[in-house]
Amino acid sequence: MVQVGYTKKVMDHFMNPRNVGVIEDRDGYGKVGNPVCGDVMEIFIKVNDDVITDIKFRTFGCGSAIATSSMVTELATGMNVDEALKITRNDVANELDGLPPLKMHCSNLAADALHEAIKDYKNQDGNVDGQENESSSIPKSNEKECV
Amino acid sequence: MERIYLDHASSTPVDPRVFEYAKRFLMKDFGNPSSLHSSGLEARRALEEARERVAELINAENEKCIIFTAGATEANNIAIKGTALRNPAKGKKLAASAIEHMSVLNPMKELQKNGYELSRIPVDSTGILDIESLRNILTEDTVLTSVMYANNEIGTIEPIKEISDIVHENGSYLHVDATAALGRIAIDVQNDGIDLLSLSSNDMYGPQGAGALYVKPGVKIQSILPGGGQERGLRSGTENLFAIAGMGEAARIAKREMTAESQRLSLIRDELIEEILKIDESYLTGHPVSRLPNHASFRFSRIEGESILLSMDMYNIPVSTGSACSSKTLEPSHVLLAIGLKHEEAHGSMVLTLGHSNSLEDVPLIVEAAKNTVERLRMLSPL
Repeated sequence: MVQVGYTKKVMDHFMNPRNVGVIEDRDGYGKVGNPVCGDVMEIFIKVNDDVITDIKFRTFGCGSAIATSSMVTELATGMNVDEALKITRNDVANELDGLPPLKMHCSNLAADALHEAIKDYKNQDGNVDGQENESSSIPKSNEKECV
Repeated sequence: MERIYLDHASSTPVDPRVFEYAKRFLMKDFGNPSSLHSSGLEARRALEEARERVAELINAENEKCIIFTAGATEANNIAIKGTALRNPAKGKKLAASAIEHMSVLNPMKELQKNGYELSRIPVDSTGILDIESLRNILTEDTVLTSVMYANNEIGTIEPIKEISDIVHENGSYLHVDATAALGRIAIDVQNDGIDLLSLSSNDMYGPQGAGALYVKPGVKIQSILPGGGQERGLRSGTENLFAIAGMGEAARIAKREMTAESQRLSLIRDELIEEILKIDESYLTGHPVSRLPNHASFRFSRIEGESILLSMDMYNIPVSTGSACSSKTLEPSHVLLAIGLKHEEAHGSMVLTLGHSNSLEDVPLIVEAAKNTVERLRMLSPL
């Protein structure tokens, strides 16, 4: 059948998002997006022995922005941080049974937010991999150009 | 919960009386109005009757002023390109309000690529055209000025008569897109001083696939789609008889029932506006008074419009939004930006447009769904 609009999985994660909220005593924090562009995501992680033990998010944005945030928190829970850094935007979209083509780029920043949170954790931990230390929680993506 | 449809600015259902009237043109009286045999003549009769009915709804000088098209987009294209190309001696300037529909702005932009100059006339924060700017923008070289009768996204009704006087002082033609206004408020092309008026069938309970362009007698215009010469040569192609006959019947019904129905809807609208504005950080968009009777539009801070739409849809309430995420261009609505909203404000819009199926009893259900939606999305929001 032709897929029009969002998949059932996207709508499920949109209506019943997992892991919503903040972690006060977080070990890592990542934020991407820009309210001007219509998407802002932030992710909080709690890490124990390099394993993500707790993860929370808050997102301003469209249905796919919320659904991809929810999905990425589900994927990353219990994962080693280095493994979690390998989660791509495509992985998130695939787990949701796909996103409409227009949404693949602009509203699929959840993996980026997760990566930022992990980098932030690594920075604080003094556990920095050379090329990944230049940014912590500074939003990188979508800052000037919205698309 | 039963569906509460609140997107009548996008499409209305066909009125059952319209379908009853027009269905015979699908399988029984399906002749081509250009044929001379009795089947053709029967079709021709229905076509001309529809023309009379549409002419009456807008008080056109006579029925010959009505050119049937496949919709308002086509009517807008013919009005704009047809007058620009036919009047090269007049000049190469076009003017349009900043809040026109894309089917007005894009044909003008296309002409821009061919040497025409396009000026966008600003509106104030309620969406009313800035009259001083209009005066300053128009020159003797302005061939055509487009200002919509009422805006589909914010419901604001423009002061067309006043605009018409200024446009005509400069010898420009006034084109008015009446898609959102038709069948909701009284339109009188002669009294309003309109040269070209675009109309759509499926915004007034007629079938999709029909529209019309009113052309005032004497307006110089040419075809942009040459062919068999139907519709006075301005819109070639066999007429969509079912849709056009349906549009005629819809126009007849609208003329008779519009006043009472608009009064009924404006009560629901006012109740909706009053109740929804009780939500924290919610704002009305568009004009508070000069407003379509069926139109209630809002914006909510810190949340995004496509999410609002999806969430309202889960309550079985179809609504509309001017959010970037709901558009093909990923830009927020140019209308919301034109009334001075910042990008982040324009993202959080919700547009409710009422119709026949709505009643006052719907209001508490709509308000409850809106409250829950806004509350839930704000809980998710980091802003």
